[in-house]
Amino acid sequence: MKETIPFELNGRPVSLEVDPERMLLWILRDEIGLTGTKYGCGEGICGACTVLVDGEAVRSCQYPMKDVRAKKVMTIEGLAAEGKLHPLQEAFVRHNVMQCGFCTSGMILTAHSLLRKKPQPSREEIVQGMEDHLCRCGTYMRTIQAIETAAQEMKKGARR
Amino acid sequence: MKRREFMKLAGGGVFVFFTVGEPPDWLEAQQRAGGREYPSDFNAYLRIAEDGKVTGFSGKIEMGQSTQTALAQILAEELDVALDRVDVIMGDTALCPWDMGTFGSRSIKYFGPALRQAAAEGRAVLLELASERLKLPAAQLATKDGLVYEKPNPKNRVSYGDLAKGKMIERHIEPKPPVKPPKEYMIVGRPADRMDAALKATGKAQYAGDIRLPGMLYARILRPPAHGAKLKAIDLSGAEKIEGARIIRDSDIIAVLHSSFDLAEAALSKVKAEWDVPEATVDEETIHEHLVKVAPAGDVVEEKGNLEEGRKLSAAVFEESYLGPYVAHAPMEPHTATATIEGGSATVWASTQRPFGLSEEVAQNVGLALEKVRVITPFVGGGFGGKNSGRQAVEAARLAKLAGAPVQVAWSRSEEFFYDTFQPASVVKIVSGLDGANRLVLWDYDIFFAGERTSQPFYDIPHYRILSRGGWGRGGGGAHPFAVGAWRAPGSNTNTFAREVHMDLMAAKAGLDPLEFRMMNLKDERMKRVLTAAADQFGWKPMKAPSGRGVGVACVNYLNTYVATMAEVGVEKSGAVKVKRVVCAQDMGRVINPDGAKAQIEGCITMGLGYCLREEIHFRGGDIRDRNFDTYEIPRFSWLPKIETILVENQGLEPQGGGEPPIVNMGAVVANAVFDATGARLKRLPITPARLKAALPPG
Repeated sequence: MKETIPFELNGRPVSLEVDPERMLLWILRDEIGLTGTKYGCGEGICGACTVLVDGEAVRSCQYPMKDVRAKKVMTIEGLAAEGKLHPLQEAFVRHNVMQCGFCTSGMILTAHSLLRKKPQPSREEIVQGMEDHLCRCGTYMRTIQAIETAAQEMKKGARR
Repeated sequence: MKRREFMKLAGGGVFVFFTVGEPPDWLEAQQRAGGREYPSDFNAYLRIAEDGKVTGFSGKIEMGQSTQTALAQILAEELDVALDRVDVIMGDTALCPWDMGTFGSRSIKYFGPALRQAAAEGRAVLLELASERLKLPAAQLATKDGLVYEKPNPKNRVSYGDLAKGKMIERHIEPKPPVKPPKEYMIVGRPADRMDAALKATGKAQYAGDIRLPGMLYARILRPPAHGAKLKAIDLSGAEKIEGARIIRDSDIIAVLHSSFDLAEAALSKVKAEWDVPEATVDEETIHEHLVKVAPAGDVVEEKGNLEEGRKLSAAVFEESYLGPYVAHAPMEPHTATATIEGGSATVWASTQRPFGLSEEVAQNVGLALEKVRVITPFVGGGFGGKNSGRQAVEAARLAKLAGAPVQVAWSRSEEFFYDTFQPASVVKIVSGLDGANRLVLWDYDIFFAGERTSQPFYDIPHYRILSRGGWGRGGGGAHPFAVGAWRAPGSNTNTFAREVHMDLMAAKAGLDPLEFRMMNLKDERMKRVLTAAADQFGWKPMKAPSGRGVGVACVNYLNTYVATMAEVGVEKSGAVKVKRVVCAQDMGRVINPDGAKAQIEGCITMGLGYCLREEIHFRGGDIRDRNFDTYEIPRFSWLPKIETILVENQGLEPQGGGEPPIVNMGAVVANAVFDATGARLKRLPITPARLKAALPPG
């Protein structure tokens, strides 16, 4: 039942021969070897597996390959352009947000999707936008601060 | 490994070997637990390489607490080298010295001083080498920024890298050279950025499940529906039909292996198994009664005076029981291990807090000598005491041997809950007495299965006894229907909930402000200092509870780190609690990385809201009902209170621990604030809306 599924991954065209019912998470991790996207709960509850599909944050553990066809997929590995960290990545580093770091990839990508829709979110909008993302180390406070910092930097026109 | 072999593996340069100065009772405990002493051959060490880079080696692991960065700061400070020239390799059994494990907030407290001494030795070696090179007495030389220079003539200098070039030097200096006085510190005591931040922000940080080896197979293992269940019948034919699936059956393991995780899982779902499940005798409602019934006689942890005398002195006696549930660790990264066995040697990458203990378990289980097993600990995606068991790594190693190929075992979230070593459900019974002046005169404290940590009174009590029955890791006698173990600050969350709620209850009965009541029963100046610091920041105004304001206080001495926490809560009509503000003052001795310490306080406060308000494992005997975050809720963004942290200065005290202490007060401080808001006295965790409403005073 394999099909050829063409899509764009981190800015590059790819075409894979895969079962269209398989979830994107496992294709990324096991077939392509991009391990920055994490398995956390397998049911789309925790957000560790979040990637961007056409700029929208999705749970890759629940996102079948058939829906990826002809779309643009961005993983954490694709966010830093030309070796330069994205303002969100910069802000996460500057605020020392991450502890164990296992939720970080997903957090950054969900925040990316949030800022695309609301470039200058209020604190409440950040909390709402990030609500379904879990971090066991309890880094929510710094995550919010980092998103606020990134929003300011991006307003100044850092990029994207 | 022989020292020479190690030096070859690690590369050339100047090495310093030293002994970790753990206190004698800790060493004894290590021997009891592991049967191994610290190797007399060599121990923790550091290397100064030919490029001038400094590498520290530590058997501890990094699971989020920023220990790696703090250890690097210690090295950089003592060696006079820039922080970005320092690396710390952790948890690799081939490169790092033996260590019992990473827990108890001990990494900086016990490993830090030894590393500092080693760095001082390293600096002394460099001074000696420079003295030969520059033909000057060492007394005329000084170090700065990776260079040794002549004091009156700083241009006459040589770099550490040049001194180490072409050398394979192994040094032990006696007597030990002095360490730098803290007042000269330039790196330690100042905020430092996490060394792993950029790796974690870009997805490059590797965890055990990110290891990819040629020919590697992912294993999914058949699990029973409940602890204690026995396999009755099995039909593997469905799984056998999945293309590329390999089935391995060996004694207690039935596994499906595939080159992709999800396809291994798909094959496992085709396995039909029938089980005999033993009848459940306990659940989350009946467990406390059961625990009290099966509890052993117990050991006296500490006692003073005479309980009878205390009773006679008591004008008022208070008798209460405090109940705690099973609580899951629920790290975001489930237990994972990747194993390969080649040429009679095994290498295992594992998410573990105990790489050396794990290497022994693996060696036993795959029939290899200990020196043929190397455990490498990549970044660990959260531990909290839950990654002391090496079950997943033993499974990976066994399957790698059976399959003749590298194998990764990554537990699903369901397996993570099922095999978690929960914080044990527990009961604490307290009988206390106040004299006519509202001073504590009696404290009869009886712990069932929580463990004794932080049960020793810091209040000034003339007559007390602390009794502990069963520890956090010791069920025994059919106490628990599944495994239990250490959970971030083991025993202490339970003991502090009981003690600090009980203190609050007495204060309320005595008609006293809860802070004032604590202060008048305290002689410990450090505790008074953290309480005062928290009160100043919080703006605490003395008032008898319940005042309707919803404010609370709790304090603890956790292994010599002092913490005072104050909280403000709101209670909704539904009984739901919203924690609005938390102030935490902590005296942890000299602080290595203030920003890292504050991040730990913030994290502990946030995580602590979970066990306080929501976290409780539901079960029927060995059947664990909570298998994912849908029913087992952990704190979310919207729970976040305003958090204010204070590091109370104590330069005279060596660095203490910081990864656990601030979580300890959370249960009590919120319960006490809930009482202040509503008059509902909660003596059981978590504080669910239903329990809160049931505890509301009539009217």
